Amino acid sequence: MSATANYLLHLADNAVVLGQRNAEWCGHGPAIEEDIALANVSLDLIGQARLLYQQAATELGGDATEDRLAYFRDVPEFRNYTLLELPHHSALVGYAKSDLDYGTTIVRNFLYSALMVLVWERLQQSKDEQLAAIAAKSLKEVRYHLRHSRDWLVRLGDGTDESHARVQAALDHLMPYTQEFWTGSSMEAAAVATGVGVDVAALKSDWDALVDDALQEATLVRPAVGGYVTQGKNGLHSEHLGFLLSEMQGLARAHPNASW
Amino acid sequence: MNAVIPSDAVQAAWAALEALADPEIPVVSLRELGILRDVRQGADGLEVVITPTYSGCPAMGQIEDDVRATLQAAGLQGRVITQLAPAWTTDWMSDVAREKLRVYGIAPPQHRCASQAPAGESPLRFVRQAARPEVVPCPHCGSSHTVESSHFGSTACKALYKCLDCQEPFDYFKPY
Repeated sequence: MSATANYLLHLADNAVVLGQRNAEWCGHGPAIEEDIALANVSLDLIGQARLLYQQAATELGGDATEDRLAYFRDVPEFRNYTLLELPHHSALVGYAKSDLDYGTTIVRNFLYSALMVLVWERLQQSKDEQLAAIAAKSLKEVRYHLRHSRDWLVRLGDGTDESHARVQAALDHLMPYTQEFWTGSSMEAAAVATGVGVDVAALKSDWDALVDDALQEATLVRPAVGGYVTQGKNGLHSEHLGFLLSEMQGLARAHPNASW
Repeated sequence: MNAVIPSDAVQAAWAALEALADPEIPVVSLRELGILRDVRQGADGLEVVITPTYSGCPAMGQIEDDVRATLQAAGLQGRVITQLAPAWTTDWMSDVAREKLRVYGIAPPQHRCASQAPAGESPLRFVRQAARPEVVPCPHCGSSHTVESSHFGSTACKALYKCLDCQEPFDYFKPY
């Protein structure tokens, strides 16, 4: 598979997996406005994924289509960051009432949007013209996602004792997964070498500035990170991705080639 | 059917598509919104170029179908091309369209985007700037005493506002 196709799939899988995750709030939002907000964010992400899968399918040729790439690949073929496939909570205790924690959702959307604002900004100069066009569109969308998640991060962090504790716990849980952003991979290196991709590690100081600025306003403490570096982008995933894909792909696989 | 010479076909297509309304906001046309970008004579015949507002806009399929049906009704044949660059912006919306939106009950975008975030400006500054609340006059009573209830509204392109004077909620077409 070409370096460009690999890289497009990485970007597309990121978008579709987070889009599917956030869509789980549809009908379960903590307030109707947030229910609508998360559905809208998902719509943008799935729209971005479609454009990226279409371009990957063009690059791959043969019988590749956006639907085949989204619905008929299995867990090890997905190249999304592990951060994006995690459920909306950290480890659950036996007496947990709910498995949806909005603090976790907000922190994840914030950490990812802060990265993608920087990535899409640089990808506007990609050698792949269609990717550059997708980047220009996606940048506008992700800026708005960042604004939404940042506002809520501050509201929850600088809110009640309960909201502060929950969003801090979510941050402590998720921050180690961001190590994957900065740890290089051959897939990314190949795309950077051809001028198609962006060197994400070079964006770290800008990302740190965005994150620290928001955390300070939210009165949250940035946890130290270390330990195992996840490798979702290399196809090594957590157990959660399988469940997510089985829900997302079930209908398409039950009725292959159906049209409606 | 009479044979149509190419330049006439382009004009006829513009005329036919001129009034084609947006499926979500039927008071404005696709042309006024800036979704209908171009009608031209391509190598294989007539080409109609459209651009999505947001990547995931669910109306794009409907818009393509509407364009095809309108061409067919006018006795024209052509293909629809979706083009992403340059990315759609509310700056392309005409003043007439803005006024139509307001009369319909949707507050039109309050500023131009080109001046909001010039190329090269850091995202950090953008976020700070965008976080500053913006005065959006109520499309019902004209009061500027309004408040944003949600960043997101009934469609991706709108946010939800509330008027503190007439108490009516309303949609705001986000500058984008």
